[in-house]
Amino acid sequence: MIGIEHYVVVSSILFVLGVLGIFLNRKNVIIILMAIELILLSVNLNLVAFSAYLHDLVGQIFAMFVLTVAAGEAAIGLAILVIYFRGRGTIAVDDVNRMKG
Amino acid sequence: MELVRSLHLVAAEELLSVAGLILLLVAAWGGDKAARAISIASVGVLTVCALLAAPALCSGATGPDTLAFGGQYKADAFSAFAKLLIYAGAAVTLIVAPAFFDRFKAMRAEFPLLVLFASLGMGMMVSASDLLTLYLGLELNSLASYVLAAFLRSDDRSAESGLKYFVLGSLASGILLYGVSLTYGFTGHTSFAGIRAALGAGPMSVGATFGVVFILAGLAFKISAAPFHMWTPDVYEGAPTPVTTFFATAPKAAALALLMRISLEAFGAQPQAWQQIVIFASLLSIVIGALGAIGQDNIKRLMAYSSINNVGFMLIGLACATQNGAAAMLIYLAIYVAMSVAGFVAILMLRDENGDPVESIADLGGLSKTRPGLAAALAAVMFSLAGIPPLFGFWGKFVVFQAAVQANLVALAAIGIAASVIGAFYYLKVVKVMYFDEAVDKVRGKSDAAHVVLLAVASLFISPLGYLLTNWLHALAGNAAAALFHVA
Repeated sequence: MIGIEHYVVVSSILFVLGVLGIFLNRKNVIIILMAIELILLSVNLNLVAFSAYLHDLVGQIFAMFVLTVAAGEAAIGLAILVIYFRGRGTIAVDDVNRMKG
Repeated sequence: MELVRSLHLVAAEELLSVAGLILLLVAAWGGDKAARAISIASVGVLTVCALLAAPALCSGATGPDTLAFGGQYKADAFSAFAKLLIYAGAAVTLIVAPAFFDRFKAMRAEFPLLVLFASLGMGMMVSASDLLTLYLGLELNSLASYVLAAFLRSDDRSAESGLKYFVLGSLASGILLYGVSLTYGFTGHTSFAGIRAALGAGPMSVGATFGVVFILAGLAFKISAAPFHMWTPDVYEGAPTPVTTFFATAPKAAALALLMRISLEAFGAQPQAWQQIVIFASLLSIVIGALGAIGQDNIKRLMAYSSINNVGFMLIGLACATQNGAAAMLIYLAIYVAMSVAGFVAILMLRDENGDPVESIADLGGLSKTRPGLAAALAAVMFSLAGIPPLFGFWGKFVVFQAAVQANLVALAAIGIAASVIGAFYYLKVVKVMYFDEAVDKVRGKSDAAHVVLLAVASLFISPLGYLLTNWLHALAGNAAAALFHVA
């Protein structure tokens, strides 16, 4: 029987993978976008699992909103990336260093 | 009628969204030629919104009458206080932007619209009384802000700051959202009142504690509190200066207000769960803000570290978890917004003879001889940020420390005072360069009347004349804090 614990464990693994994907990745900004999507998916999994567990619809409605916002976020992220690429000709993470910090 | 009442309560947000959509159509047909007209119209819209929000603040609105849409939304005195600061910051941005962007031939019609939609999102953030409203408001603000940071498309630094802001901002939203999902799962509610009741019922579960920690971490990113501050210097330096003005005022006020609302309202039944985190973030921000600023040559980077430092002082007010602390924090926030406006308008006025921005502190040498008025205003901002007594910035620090002492956080207040002395070093360095160094005579550009008026008004507010307003400011902040602590 798969219970709520299993869902929470899977979603926390996904979340950690997403965060590591942002910090350990030194290659490509596109991978960062994918990691962000992974974080949002782990959140959605959590919300839907809790919603079913609590017999409460709010979590599922919340997940719908998160999906919508995630689409907008990806669109804006890619747009900024295109502008950045046009100026610099590279999207390697190590090259994002015009300013120190 | 519940719906009619709700629609009446959110009048300011309705006006912002409808006006934003209409102006979007104007922008689509009018093109970039209409940019100036749209900016003027947007400032008008923001003024009307401020007038719509003001009555709730003056009358101290609170209680069930301020709840709209079945408790999703709360138009009380606290949200009105934050909204006035937000609209003021957005309006200043719109007034100073055209002169800056015209230099790069980049004044596009989208700029005022993005600021309007960001303001709409921030209004939702500070009025949220449900995690769903909170998230939507936060994202509406963040998505518009990412684009604003990258607005100067021809400039490498602007695109890079947009990219950095986007990556770290979305990470923060993700962390916050993960905390939201845990809080929902372990309390069974998304409304602040429901969460408060569930948390107050007994000892806190581990899952709910994790939820609180993640939500606070996500919000700490947005207010640029240490240890989540690393994006701030780069974004402040790289973003076009009017956008930096915006970031330092409106979103900062909105995120801090949101942090207060969620800590004191939703998690208000378990203050010990977040007090330690806030104290830690506060001390670290004060120290990192003070030490990081030493050795910076770019004045926008200096302002970024100064904002980290000031956020630390404001968090002292939150760490008290008392009504006095909240009121002190709001007073500090209002003064900080005025200091940022004065500081960044002065920075915008620093231009060389070609009209290009001057950002290096070394280039300000001898500014007092060539541009005495500007140098005096900038010196007032620096002294005020350092919290040196005759200026109004001192008052904000004073009320915050007072609230901390009343709440038995004497050690925190003492460390804060010590760190503000260290911080004074780099503020005074700017004053020294302007008044005692050899004249470089690099700042020669003319400034238009709008900048001069804005700088004069903001400088008068932070000058010792600001103390005339203390009664009035205390009354308004008191109303707002009382609304925050009024739990039905």
